[in-house]
Amino acid sequence: MIHILKRIVRTGIVSEDAPSPLEALRTRAPEIQAEVLKLLGRALAIRQVDAGSCNGCELEIQAVNNPYYNLEGLGIKFVASPRHADMLLVTGPVAKHMEHALRIAWEATPAPKLVVAVGDCGCTGGIFGESYASCGKVANVIPVDVAVPGCPPTPIAILQAILTAVASRR
Amino acid sequence: MRIPGLNLQWTVLPGDAPVAIAAVGEWQWTEAARLAREGGGRLVSLWGADHRDLSEDEDEFSVYAAYAVQAGLAIVRLVVAEPALSYPDLSGLFPAAARMQRALFDLLGIGASGAADTRPWLRHGAWAEDAFPLRRDFDAAKLPPNALADYAFVRVEGDGVHEIPVGPIHAGIIEPGHFRFSIVGEKVLRLEARLGYVHKGIEKRFEDFTVAEGHRLAGRVSGDSTVAFAWAYAQAAESLLGVVPPPRARWIRALALERERVANHLGDLGALGNDAALAFALSQFMRLKEDWLRTSGEVFGHRLLMDLVVPGGVASGFDAAGAERMVAESKAIEVEVRDLRDIFDEHAGLQDRFLTTGRVTPELARKLGLTGLAGRASGQANDLRADFPAAPYAELAVRKAGYAAGDVAARVHLRFDEVLESLRLVRAIAMGAPDGELRVELPQPRAQAFGAGWVEGWRGEVLVALEAGEGGRIRRCHAHDPSWQNWPVIEHAVMGNIVPDFPLINKSFNLSYSGQDG
Repeated sequence: MIHILKRIVRTGIVSEDAPSPLEALRTRAPEIQAEVLKLLGRALAIRQVDAGSCNGCELEIQAVNNPYYNLEGLGIKFVASPRHADMLLVTGPVAKHMEHALRIAWEATPAPKLVVAVGDCGCTGGIFGESYASCGKVANVIPVDVAVPGCPPTPIAILQAILTAVASRR
Repeated sequence: MRIPGLNLQWTVLPGDAPVAIAAVGEWQWTEAARLAREGGGRLVSLWGADHRDLSEDEDEFSVYAAYAVQAGLAIVRLVVAEPALSYPDLSGLFPAAARMQRALFDLLGIGASGAADTRPWLRHGAWAEDAFPLRRDFDAAKLPPNALADYAFVRVEGDGVHEIPVGPIHAGIIEPGHFRFSIVGEKVLRLEARLGYVHKGIEKRFEDFTVAEGHRLAGRVSGDSTVAFAWAYAQAAESLLGVVPPPRARWIRALALERERVANHLGDLGALGNDAALAFALSQFMRLKEDWLRTSGEVFGHRLLMDLVVPGGVASGFDAAGAERMVAESKAIEVEVRDLRDIFDEHAGLQDRFLTTGRVTPELARKLGLTGLAGRASGQANDLRADFPAAPYAELAVRKAGYAAGDVAARVHLRFDEVLESLRLVRAIAMGAPDGELRVELPQPRAQAFGAGWVEGWRGEVLVALEAGEGGRIRRCHAHDPSWQNWPVIEHAVMGNIVPDFPLINKSFNLSYSGQDG
């Protein structure tokens, strides 16, 4: 135990400042009240859904949870059920075999049902495109509020997209 | 690369991977499998291709099986013709063949005669039972409505037995798949996985690319193994084109592969600590992993090193400052990893969760064909970097890690050993890489030319088989992830364990869904 404590002290706090929201990432006008967003901005619950990604985006979303990005310090946490979530963070392309699961996860999410599409595949279908097995971009299946490109996007870009979705329009 | 005891005409493929291919008849197909098995070989992959337009009577398909034997990789090709369209089942000799055979049927409509399990594997509801996406006359415009498809899970019955269905969406930031547990109390009697949820038609999609650009798609079969897949693809392309990558490119590829191994092992070690309730481990290892990825990003321009390995060489290199930075970093991280290993070793609670949990005995591992890092933790001492060391591994003398206990603890120890060895390799490569060109020009491929690549990724052996078409295009590309072999073994590893240990056992294998589903 003393070994662990010493190491925690030695490591110190490595957290860095969060990025500012970026309006350019927004794909549709916010439908929700500014007050609601203000409230959510302090305590946001996210359900991540891999709807067909290669797992590259998941690696970078996991990285958003590392101590450098201090996600929970910003009041944001990942939850296990869409019923507990304010936001779905969806990677794609949406595989045909995940289309149904994504829809029911979206239906199970309470309003305001913010959706952030992550990565080139989530934004456009990416390298996989639309095919017999792929529905393409996330917006082909559920409404998307913010889309962040990148293959995969960096943790900072993902964090920025999350913050953009909950930032009220200036 | 040949299977001894069979009188076949082997063609040795040029290139970095030790691969030979031979045509077989139906009787030799089974005999090749039997002899490979007897000689201690393993089935690496099984796939097929539609060659009707190239055959005289326009009725021929090919089925391929790749075996790792003492001398390298032996690929046998069997021609199957309409209307029978079947080949002898291999799952009796190699249980890992079962799901690959089911997938082969779903994609090409060629069945294994005599196979016990003929349930669909990759096909859920996206395409019809009698439509086969990898056939050249497949019409993607004629798709049925995307309906949910039932799956005939094996039922376990008895007093107090009940089922827990999990997924496809899992309670974490992980890939989707479905697990059906049959349990009594907390004890798992049986686990059956149903995968294929993230099937996005990658092998069909390859047909839209040229041989020169297919590495980008190969590098996205499984994002955590992008270097391994891109390198295997590049080997296959170079083999088919008769191109030799420059020495410096080979060293940079190996550096990238080892950086990928370190990144994944660091992440897994943290997650394994976390799954046994030591959140401290997750924070510490994720911090180290982030430092590591940032260095990759700054030196090579991409944190996960995507699109670095290209056919003919590499897209970017590093300078003297980059080399120094990587050497210093790997020394510093080594100190931290050794310190964390001590903490793991002395933490009674952690060891209690790790030891004897999710055990796969060496005997079972051999029988089921457990491969890669999980295989090495269960006495299967195979590592392509040491067994068939192509440049630069021949000069680096990779020390193969190995344990026989086959439990979560062994898979944790193995990762620690491999991180430390890879850190040594990163230093050796950064300091020892020869100067020179990064890539060479590629010629146009000859139609129907065939090549193969075989690389030891962090999870296990990755195989890419590539066939060129007209005009430089890809005619067929098969990209095999070692998760195909290891997913069925997890079902054995969890038997008799308690349900709450499943996430820990699953993480200790850390298999790819996307790599399996394609």
